[in-house]
Amino acid sequence: MAMTRSRMAVVTLPTDTQILITRDFEAPRNLVYKAYTTPELIKRWWGGDRGEVTLAEVDLRVGGRWRYVMTANGGFEVGFHGEYREVVPNERIVSTEIFEGAPEAEAVVEHTFTEKNGRTTLTMLMQLPSRAARDTIIDSGMEGGLQEALDHLEQVALSLR
Amino acid sequence: MLDMARAATTADAFNAVAEPRRRQILDLLAGGERPVNDLVAQLHLAQPLVSKHLRVLREVGLVGVRDHGRQRLYRLEGRPLKPIHDWVKNYERSWSQRFDRLDVVLEELKENKEEHDGDDT
Repeated sequence: MAMTRSRMAVVTLPTDTQILITRDFEAPRNLVYKAYTTPELIKRWWGGDRGEVTLAEVDLRVGGRWRYVMTANGGFEVGFHGEYREVVPNERIVSTEIFEGAPEAEAVVEHTFTEKNGRTTLTMLMQLPSRAARDTIIDSGMEGGLQEALDHLEQVALSLR
Repeated sequence: MLDMARAATTADAFNAVAEPRRRQILDLLAGGERPVNDLVAQLHLAQPLVSKHLRVLREVGLVGVRDHGRQRLYRLEGRPLKPIHDWVKNYERSWSQRFDRLDVVLEELKENKEEHDGDDT
């Protein structure tokens, strides 16, 4: 039930410099917001299958800063940080986001939490500064391809022992 | 090699490949040439919508078409865009894995809330 296709995150690229992520949750939006903004809860989900979150700092107010660090399965660290620009509890967060592996590309991310019939839709619209920044992210693999490639490399290396 | 792929990436093609339904069409065409009816059946979409997506994909050169008897067969021409296509799918998988874990956290929060609501009454 929890694994139906409709629960997949959907990623689209509405313009040359935007990435849009959408996902529905079977929970009221105050709980989704809480899980999204509480450090000890962020640590439990933000790493996904890729690693363990070792740091989640959240100063949830306009001008406040955030920083997440994950130790990926390959053993290397991946960090993201930014600043909150708008905070409307349970509804909307606008924050900047910098991938510490490519710090020249600062994104602005607009999170929207909408509730309907007890379900919550989370949308994250990431605005990148330029097409070049987008290409940097895609080339670096950001947190996707590169890490997986390194994980696979590690598995291959281990299998050779 | 990646630079060549990037050079061939027009803005339009980048957006064309990023639409989920169009990615599904490209995935289906990656398995070989198909007539539009075949795509309609696989995608469970109305034919005009599939045709509209095919038109967008043809306009940016990602899909080609040829007549074969009474049928028109569509084929993938999207090799230069494969890196972006793969990246979007990979990014989607990464977020899906995160959100699957977030679901588990939310189930716990819902249970705790019910317990507390019970305490209050």
